Amino acid sequence: MTGQAFFNEMYESGRVRGPYRQLEDWMGDMPAELRSLKQAEAEELFRRIGITFAVYGEGGDPERLMPFDMFPRVFAQDEWRRLERGVIQRAKALNAFLADVYARGEIVRAGLVPRDLVYRNEAYEAAMVGFTPPRGVFSHIVGVDLVRTGPDEFFVLEDNCRTPSGVSYMLENREIMMRLFPGLFRENRIAPVDSYSEELRRTLASVAPPKCERDPTIVILTPGAYNSAYYEHSFLADLMGVELVEGQDLFVEGEYVWMRTTEGPQRVDVIYRRIDDAFIDPLCFRPDSMLGVPGLMDVYRSGGVTICSAPGAGVADDKAIYCFVPEMVRFYLGEEPILQNVPTWQCGTAEDLKYVLAHLPELVVKEVHGSGGYGMLVGPKATREQVESFRVRIEESPGNYIAQPTLSLSTCPTFVDEGVAPRHVDLRPYCLVGERVTLVPGGLTRVAMKEGSLVVNSSQGGGVKDTWVLSE
Amino acid sequence: MILTIAHDTVYRYDQPMRGVVQSQRLTPARFDGQRVIDWVVEVRGDDGAQIVQGGGFRDGAGDWVQGCTVVGPVREVVVSVRGMVETTNLSGVLRGHRERIRPEVYLTCTPATAADSGLRDLAQDATVGIGGALDRAHALAGAIRKAIVYRPGVTEAHTTAAEALALGEGVCQDHANAMVGAAISLGMPARYVSGYLQATEDGAPHEAAHAWAEVWVPDLGWVGFDASNGVCPDDHYVRQGSGRDAREAAPIRGIARGPGREEMDVKVAVEVAQQ
Amino acid sequence: MLSRTATNLFWLARYMERAETAARLMAVGERMSLIPSTCGSGYRSEWVPLLQANGSFAMFEAKYRDPVQRNVESFMFFDRDNPGSVASCVSAARENARIVRTALTSQVWDALNTAYQELMALERTERSGLPLTRLTDWTLRNCALVRGAIDATQLRNDGHDFMNIGYYLERADNTARLVDVKYYVLLPRVDFVGSGLDNYQWTTLLRALSAHRAFHWAYGGEVTAAKIAHFLILNRQSPRSLLTSVQGACDHLDRLARRYGRTTRAQTQARAMLAGLAELSIDEVFDDGLHEFLTRFIGDISDLGGAVFDTYLSGDLR
Repeated sequence: MTGQAFFNEMYESGRVRGPYRQLEDWMGDMPAELRSLKQAEAEELFRRIGITFAVYGEGGDPERLMPFDMFPRVFAQDEWRRLERGVIQRAKALNAFLADVYARGEIVRAGLVPRDLVYRNEAYEAAMVGFTPPRGVFSHIVGVDLVRTGPDEFFVLEDNCRTPSGVSYMLENREIMMRLFPGLFRENRIAPVDSYSEELRRTLASVAPPKCERDPTIVILTPGAYNSAYYEHSFLADLMGVELVEGQDLFVEGEYVWMRTTEGPQRVDVIYRRIDDAFIDPLCFRPDSMLGVPGLMDVYRSGGVTICSAPGAGVADDKAIYCFVPEMVRFYLGEEPILQNVPTWQCGTAEDLKYVLAHLPELVVKEVHGSGGYGMLVGPKATREQVESFRVRIEESPGNYIAQPTLSLSTCPTFVDEGVAPRHVDLRPYCLVGERVTLVPGGLTRVAMKEGSLVVNSSQGGGVKDTWVLSE
Repeated sequence: MILTIAHDTVYRYDQPMRGVVQSQRLTPARFDGQRVIDWVVEVRGDDGAQIVQGGGFRDGAGDWVQGCTVVGPVREVVVSVRGMVETTNLSGVLRGHRERIRPEVYLTCTPATAADSGLRDLAQDATVGIGGALDRAHALAGAIRKAIVYRPGVTEAHTTAAEALALGEGVCQDHANAMVGAAISLGMPARYVSGYLQATEDGAPHEAAHAWAEVWVPDLGWVGFDASNGVCPDDHYVRQGSGRDAREAAPIRGIARGPGREEMDVKVAVEVAQQ
Repeated sequence: MLSRTATNLFWLARYMERAETAARLMAVGERMSLIPSTCGSGYRSEWVPLLQANGSFAMFEAKYRDPVQRNVESFMFFDRDNPGSVASCVSAARENARIVRTALTSQVWDALNTAYQELMALERTERSGLPLTRLTDWTLRNCALVRGAIDATQLRNDGHDFMNIGYYLERADNTARLVDVKYYVLLPRVDFVGSGLDNYQWTTLLRALSAHRAFHWAYGGEVTAAKIAHFLILNRQSPRSLLTSVQGACDHLDRLARRYGRTTRAQTQARAMLAGLAELSIDEVFDDGLHEFLTRFIGDISDLGGAVFDTYLSGDLR
């Protein structure tokens, strides 16, 4: 699909598309000096607020700024409504799937999802079987990665059911844009996103454990200040007005979990954890974990505390399970999926493997358990050597890989050295699942800053943009 | 047969600890082969220690899990089990056991059970030409009993199945871990079981706190194999909990907080109250 | 408040105070080096007693050998291997702040973060362009900025109390050490006591504590060891005196006790220390021996820090 025209979100056959109309003048009226002034101001703000993502062990300043592009990415109200319905539908289906596979496994019995893909999955936690978390919710924050290929064509790249990160950028990008360009916000009617933290708090409070008979005490559990997403953890804790704790701050006594405070132990009811399953409880999972809380799982399973997301939620966002999400929507909700999946070949099946090996230079190949854009082959952008070395890796363990066609990701105008130029973007909205299922009007738009690049991951030089949803 | 069980686990610390957290699987499994007549678990600490009972629940494998915490300063914790169980010989078949974890889940190894080439070869060689899961499992148990000679004191709690096989010696834990790893390498779901054994007069005096393996046999369900004694568990056995390896199936998993060193002492007595 | 958060706030304050003391020590050293012939009587250089003062001479000697000003500057300001250097203290303070970012106002974070960013810029600067006075001025200014931002913007909650307890305990300890240095380390021989050199050193110490003028306002007349010792130990107006520091720690512990509705061993110990100091006269201090008094005082402050840890920072309070 190389050489094909990419959908430009601002211009369609030479004309400016509706949602971007106001931005044309804004862009045109901005002299280069003003632009670089604003860009410097933005960077200064990010650094002062402390929004960095930490990269350790690579030398240089370990606290780096995420490249921020000031050109917003805009959705019209009707475009967003459809996306919103699609994301909520997907989040519901994923949760229904999790509740099912830790109970009777109807979808497996019905033959719709292969048994081994679920029960032999690394992310499947036997310790969760037979347990129903409060309100039956396993994944309380679902991040759905989307790409756009046309005016009405959206594809889901992957789901994130464990602890999707990046929401702090969504919130801070907006804050900074409002500070830099207040005029833009007066002229455009842009739906606010700052209700996210209150929605998140409400979501977490709504899944308080059965033994909690009061206004629940919520905490965020972080691996610590050296984690790359630490800023986000402390930012969210602050916005929600809850404590940010490390494993060492918590302990189990009797039927409850407690945190160490200057006034003695205080009971904790809901834990929004940002540490991986394996580290949650050394008594239940990895015995060498220093990050977790011994005995936490027993308290959880006996109804003394709620862990968000539930351990084992990762079985729903596995790249091999991904193919079956549309089936889940039909099976559990009895609806047709609103958002499409990218056609995916499973290298683990002989037929698909044959096709993939024959078409490597056209395909994107991903590791099933990989993340962050590492261990990924973008066929059309790869050299012959890269393709061949990937071929060897796939042949060695085909089950570890899936392949997808190279999508023509939409582009959005982006400030570059020479002025404004189209760059490829994706989108991650954050869906909250508790008593209600909600989605704030916005998300994290990631942009590949390099010309022609399709990789938007921050670890690979991607940047971020403010994402607008226009009110009617 | 009616068996009485007395099982004491004593933890001693050379310095006072701030607290202890335990996850206990100390209650006999509920299935057609055994019926609890009487069962009491008691936790005691030294003066100054405060015992706080935690929450309890039945997990997906059908085991009763009981949390327990001790608030320090504590130098000694005693977990004392006294009970009476009526057992029936079902030739190892775990009939009437309610559990919800799918057998496929037990196709995943842990570092303790993972088969190396030695264990894989042993499994292949032992089952060559043998069809049927039950017969294959029997053959495996026999081969492991031969390959790992029963001998206490040479292996320890962290010894893996592969290491025990290389040593050629071990105890029931090593037999069970090896049995699990070998069965999984052949594509048969298998798991580790902990429990008690009333030692027979003619057999070797194996530990009364015992462990064996269960292998999933289509049509029969889970079937126990005691490679240490070359038999399937009968009415001399009391089954407690299961897991993917010794650590997961341990009757007590615990962690103490504090600077002290831990010493553990286990005493188990299983006697026949009535034939 | 989370015990770990309180711990971070407590140490943030202690590290800033410690950075300030390191800078003040450097200022003392430079001034000493400007007067002739304080040396040649046992010390290889006037810098040695200063390094002995903050207990880092052995570490210095192992790494630098030669106690010349440039080395001492490197060690006391830039050296990250020296946990007491300005760079180490400012970095540690900023790291503690980063962990509890949300417990701080943006002004306090700004002040700390800016100090840290400037520190990194200083580290990249050619050393010939960095005279010692610039390093000490920079440190004192940034310490004051952070302290000022805390006083002006932080909520008067328990976190504020923990920061102040940190500041006052560290200050009490540091002042005691500085006075001790003067008395037993700085002066090469006992027969110098009361000499012109002796008084010059006392005055220098006052200057280093930015208390030279304050002293004259408070006492007037001739500078004597007894007056200065009184000023630094028992004067309630002197911002760095031991009495003022203990009073400050005591006040903030009392606020905690009121806030939490219970009194702990930490308050009892602090009040006992305060009562002991309040009854003391400077003559009694000299009669008992200044060094002995200071040694005991430093031990008591350390015990009080331990009590604060046991009661509030460990989270084990029942």
